[in-house]
Amino acid sequence: MLMRMTGGEKAFQIVLVVFITTLCAAMVYPFVHMLSISLSTPAEALRSGFHLYPKEASLEAYKKVFSSEGVWIGYGNTIFRTVIGTCLSVAVMMLGAYPLSKKYLPHRTFYTMFIVVTMFFSGGLIPTYLLIKGIGLLDSRWVLIIPGLISTFSMLIMRNFFMSIPSELEDSAKIDGAHDMRVLFSIVMPLSKPILATVALWTAVNHWNAWFDALIYIQDSTKMVLQIYLRRLIVDNMNQDLQRLMDQSMMGVQAVIPETVKAAVLMVATIPILAVYPFLQKYFVKGIMIGSLKG
Amino acid sequence: MGKQLQVLRTRGKATSGWQQIWKQYKKCRYLFILLFPVLLWYALFSYGPLYGIQLAFKDFKIMEGISGSPWVGFKHFEMMFTASNDFLHIIRNTVIISFYHIIFGFPAPIILALIFNELRLEIFKKISQTISYLPHFLSWVVMAGLLTAMLSPSTGAVNQIIQLFGLKAIYFLGDPDWFRFTLVVSGIWKEVGWGTIIYLAALAAIDPHLYEAAVVDGASRWKQTLYITLPSILPVVAIMFILRIGSILDAGFDQVLNLYNPAVMATGDILDTYVYRVGLTQMQYSFTTAVGLFKNVIAFALVLGTNYLVKRAGQEGLL
Repeated sequence: MLMRMTGGEKAFQIVLVVFITTLCAAMVYPFVHMLSISLSTPAEALRSGFHLYPKEASLEAYKKVFSSEGVWIGYGNTIFRTVIGTCLSVAVMMLGAYPLSKKYLPHRTFYTMFIVVTMFFSGGLIPTYLLIKGIGLLDSRWVLIIPGLISTFSMLIMRNFFMSIPSELEDSAKIDGAHDMRVLFSIVMPLSKPILATVALWTAVNHWNAWFDALIYIQDSTKMVLQIYLRRLIVDNMNQDLQRLMDQSMMGVQAVIPETVKAAVLMVATIPILAVYPFLQKYFVKGIMIGSLKG
Repeated sequence: MGKQLQVLRTRGKATSGWQQIWKQYKKCRYLFILLFPVLLWYALFSYGPLYGIQLAFKDFKIMEGISGSPWVGFKHFEMMFTASNDFLHIIRNTVIISFYHIIFGFPAPIILALIFNELRLEIFKKISQTISYLPHFLSWVVMAGLLTAMLSPSTGAVNQIIQLFGLKAIYFLGDPDWFRFTLVVSGIWKEVGWGTIIYLAALAAIDPHLYEAAVVDGASRWKQTLYITLPSILPVVAIMFILRIGSILDAGFDQVLNLYNPAVMATGDILDTYVYRVGLTQMQYSFTTAVGLFKNVIAFALVLGTNYLVKRAGQEGLL
């Protein structure tokens, strides 16, 4: 293939490759930097220059992070919302997408419009907040799951997928006496595994990264999610959290400084996603393609 | 065949319209059992907050609740435009930041997609694409952590490079003159890779015969891009553009809330952060509900307007 390119084309390819490589380096470097800092001794962390790897390494920062309460609370709550939230979301959206995919549903257009139209307006921050408050969901773990339960976009993608399943399969099941719910669970669901996986992954990532709902609806620090813990350290610069984390003894050499500890918490919050996304990205990509081309 | 299974059979005598409808619903009762929770959820969480929008025209008194609070008509809207310079300033920030985001951030994924499309080495293409998606999977909280480290005037990598060239260190996150730049560039860094997906899908759908015919006619690669590639992805670009314009008053709330600080308020405060700060933390509920309503109405008008213009230009719109 390289043989077939002319000199000019080869040069063009080289320029592109250099450009893309630089871009990729720019994307990857911040993580390498943070990882390095999180594994550095305080002196090494403050050294100026690039940090590709720690010249003086130390696991102290991670020790402090894993022995602190905040990180474990954060992880617990984040895992709760990600697992429960994703399962509930996918289940409910599937229950909604299936009827909407049936052309014989009475007043189908009305119900579809009822749902789709909500993508174009919103009550606004304050009215939504007051509603949540009025229902009594404030300061409950469920506030992280229920208000965000359904993503209209994802549900429509599911609906479109269901619509593409040949009706002969369902019809033959109906002749055998199955009613709609049976058809959904025994026939449609197994066939829809790819789309369910895609939606589940999208939902899971959103839950993992969500922070704003936890910020405004939850005050109880035992219900704090990982992103909020991270935010308090990094954005709000909450010194008490930092002090508790660093737990410095009065004497002796400093084992950690804010920079290394913040870097460690950041890595701990992000590594799960980093480790997992390369393998799952094909689901995401496919999901977007299905959604956009059929949308 | 499927449709025939669901055909209604009326029993000879005339049945009223309502009875017919009831029969249809009964036949599909399982479907409605499935659908009902979903409809309920929408009624509560999507339509429910609409009730609270009336606060925009009221003066919220906590004791009275929403329904008991007195009406004040357009007082809040008048306040927005007359009371102090604050509000107009916020709109100015929002629009300027949004414009920068659009002018630089909108074409970026398109250009990157075109570049990805040109790469011949498959392995390199796949790996670099996967790497480019990486920042999309991070929250802005994590991004704030990365950016504070990278852009630090003292130890940050970017300033190290700048100082290598003999220039003074720039306080990207703390200098109001540089804050908008930082917002736009970091926004592009985060989303440009992911944004290419939809354009690559459009590019993959272009009929290769078009290119072959062009080569036969002697067209250079550049001419091919200009006359085949670009026009072919124009419909997708148009729709993405309409959606983009619709969110022009958004300007990236997640990003700004995590990155802004008192030093850069003057250039960085946008409508949504204003509503959050003044409304939620300072509890001026009714005023900020009015601000939010104002924003949504304008955004909706913009979507309709852009959709109309795009249709006039001959493309298929969104609505």
